[in-house]
Amino acid sequence: MTSVLERLGYQVDFPEDQTCCGQPAFNTGYRAEACQVARHFLKVFRDSEYVVVPSGSCTSMIAHHFHDLFPEDPESLRAAEALSPRVWEFSRFVLEIAGVDDVGARLEDVVTYHDSCHALREFGIRDGPRRLLANVRGLELREMDAAEECCGFGGTFSVKLPEISGGMARTKIDSIVRTGAKTVVSVDSSCLMQIQGALSRAALPVRTMHLAEVLASR
Amino acid sequence: MSRDAILNKVRTALGRTAGEPVATPPPVRLRVGEVDTDTRIASMLRAVEALAGKTHRAATAEDARAYVAAILDGKTAVASNAPFLRECGIVDLTGVQSGLTDAAALRALCATADVGITSADYALADTGTLAMLASPAEARLISLLPPVHIAVVPKDRVLSGLDELFTILPLPAEQTSSMVLITGPSRTADIEQILVRGVHGPGEIYVVVVG
Amino acid sequence: MSAAFDEKVHNTLADANLQLAIYRATGRLIDHRKHAVAATALPDYQELRTHANAVKKHTIEHLDHYLEQFEANVAAHGGQVVYCQDATEVADFVLGLAKKRGAHLIVKSKSMTTEEIDLNERLEHHHLESVETDLGEYILQLAHQRPYHIVAPALHLTRYDVGDLFARTLGVANETVVEKQTLIARTVLRQKFLAADIGISGANFLVADSGAVLIVENEGNARLTTSAPKIHIAVAGIEKLIPRAQDLAVFLKLLGRSATGQALTVYTSFLSGPRRTGEIDGPEEFYVVLLDNGRTKLLADRAKRESLYCIRCGACLNHCPVYRKIGGHSFPWVYSGPIGAIITPQFLGIEHEPSLPFASSLCGACAEVCPVKIDIPKVLLDLRAEVKQVEERRGVNRLERLAFKIWAWVMCHPRLYEMAAMVAAGVAPSENGKWLRSAPAVMNLPPVRAWLSQRDLPPAPAKSFRELWRRR
Repeated sequence: MTSVLERLGYQVDFPEDQTCCGQPAFNTGYRAEACQVARHFLKVFRDSEYVVVPSGSCTSMIAHHFHDLFPEDPESLRAAEALSPRVWEFSRFVLEIAGVDDVGARLEDVVTYHDSCHALREFGIRDGPRRLLANVRGLELREMDAAEECCGFGGTFSVKLPEISGGMARTKIDSIVRTGAKTVVSVDSSCLMQIQGALSRAALPVRTMHLAEVLASR
Repeated sequence: MSRDAILNKVRTALGRTAGEPVATPPPVRLRVGEVDTDTRIASMLRAVEALAGKTHRAATAEDARAYVAAILDGKTAVASNAPFLRECGIVDLTGVQSGLTDAAALRALCATADVGITSADYALADTGTLAMLASPAEARLISLLPPVHIAVVPKDRVLSGLDELFTILPLPAEQTSSMVLITGPSRTADIEQILVRGVHGPGEIYVVVVG
Repeated sequence: MSAAFDEKVHNTLADANLQLAIYRATGRLIDHRKHAVAATALPDYQELRTHANAVKKHTIEHLDHYLEQFEANVAAHGGQVVYCQDATEVADFVLGLAKKRGAHLIVKSKSMTTEEIDLNERLEHHHLESVETDLGEYILQLAHQRPYHIVAPALHLTRYDVGDLFARTLGVANETVVEKQTLIARTVLRQKFLAADIGISGANFLVADSGAVLIVENEGNARLTTSAPKIHIAVAGIEKLIPRAQDLAVFLKLLGRSATGQALTVYTSFLSGPRRTGEIDGPEEFYVVLLDNGRTKLLADRAKRESLYCIRCGACLNHCPVYRKIGGHSFPWVYSGPIGAIITPQFLGIEHEPSLPFASSLCGACAEVCPVKIDIPKVLLDLRAEVKQVEERRGVNRLERLAFKIWAWVMCHPRLYEMAAMVAAGVAPSENGKWLRSAPAVMNLPPVRAWLSQRDLPPAPAKSFRELWRRR
């Protein structure tokens, strides 16, 4: 992601104090713990011009759900509201802020794209990544029929209800296999971890790549 | 008393008091487009056919009568008391009984007749729907019990759709105890999602628009 | 999750035929809906959703007013409203009326509300015959099973199951052609319709300005149930109210399309009161039972009140990847799928099945298709927070709470976080599949075991991002 952004002319900073947005705690119902972590996040990124995130679900947490965390903390709420418009999921940043749909990437491969749920449903991220992939030289993009179906990760859902999560992953990889693609691409690393885990367990010769990795390929 | 208990719980839950006025509701949303009669009728018939109904545009009452006679072809039928059916001469066709006003007699007839013939108060062009209001002219069971239903409708009753229906008829309850919108033949897909027609209501429906 | 839930889930996942049946049936409904709400078919779909949400919000927030208006209008048209707080009161009312009128046979059209209160069981306990007339519900009644899905109740059964069932319970030959099975049911049920003393229906909507009930269906059994017997009783939750008949123009456009992809279902009945003077047929007595059964509890919770907007279309079930795996019978109550997951804890209490709000990946597909825009994922998140509060009060699940406390603490201390990440990388599989340091203590942690039960762990990268960043 860094190399793509730099290629586009941006100065990239990686604040080393960053840790997490707090989503795992929030999704599991531990609001107080999520608050703590969120406050730390707000502190770390307070002065960032843009915060670019390689994950739709993290972006959703920061830009949308931080608002729900601070009903009794007006200062943090203000900080969250101030940060929200500056937080961008990676592909949207490239397309809408950098205004670019061709980053000069090259990758000889047959790929299929998985629509990560939060990216898709909270930010309408659907056509954007496909446009970016279409401009990667040497790349063939094939659509899977279950592209918009959840991969089954869902954070702690994956370990609290592993059978269901695993079943959802297998439905996803069946769909992937039917495309004949060699690589699955998405904008969310958690999805990729879930999908890769299922592919590996099924001993399928398909790899996963984050959209940023594809775009960084030359 | 349960009525008071429930209403009190509702008010407490909402933080409202008895008789407290209501905020203005969101305005009614009705969008009626301008659609000319011929387009409406064509749309109506197309929609009915898409639902496996059969249709006929009759230029005249005689034409309608002949069409219905051909469907009946020796079968028994019960017709409603709709004046329009009388005007078209349909109640005089062989095998057709009408003019019933006794509930028990009507039910018995509907339960055995091959065909039920009605008019309709309105038709909705976009969905191929018949709007039937129960009245002395139209009993409920005629379009429900017999396995075949024929509806003969004058063209000026064809509306563009639901929005127009509720525009001209904002309070159906003022007029009738029952307004039924009929959109195609009775159907189910409850077993293995396989479509079967004529479960309880008529499995065959004919719509004739006259004029 | 409770042992019961785990077992049902496991069995459903292990049944390949059932998995296929669920996936196909819901897949078809997904497709039908998609075509029915496409921009070419319904250009103002999103606007209609927004409007429907606004109307429901207004109605629910002034529910007492609309209940009273509805009641007055029902009475004005010769009917009667009966308020019932719970299942017992509904049964008592029906039994009392049946006794007064010497009624023995009841026909019923589809109503999730009556399932909710086990009405048939209660009536049968008092020797009334109460026959379900919707084909799917009739089949389930014969099989003594609960509905599998709000709109497609028997989707888990095959034609062979139905053939066996009819042969066993109706004494007919074992017939496996679906058209013939339908004809068998039609013949049996027609006799019931014509002989029944009372017809009990549900209601999709209660129309306040008209004192009317609105019922949608495809078969015609609801029309027969509400027109043939002398008495019609409609049973509906208090949340089914809408202010005006004209509002139906919006709701009817959303309901059929969201449920089955139909612009309108075959029959839409707008019924108010018994037959009027001059009308030839129709019931002579008309009652609307308004049921609370816990709805006032949901009403009181402002943050989750929107759960009452539901018009029971079933779209959320069809699109839910979890429902599509575990099916309707895995859920602990009559309402399944995403809507079931949010209302069950609110009606029956969080303790009934405390893990139910967690049985979701929060993918949001449900919220995307809900015609009245209920934010189901948000309600699930609220319920999860509530569960954790209850657990804290009760002192259960201490280990998980402690784990998250530690986790939060580490996340607020970046240097500790980096150290933890390095340790994790050290015990993770490497690029070539070998484990650098396989620590059984780590491998046996429940979350790790749970992950590994279904898929492999990701290999640790040769260098972490931080290391790469620092070397630039």
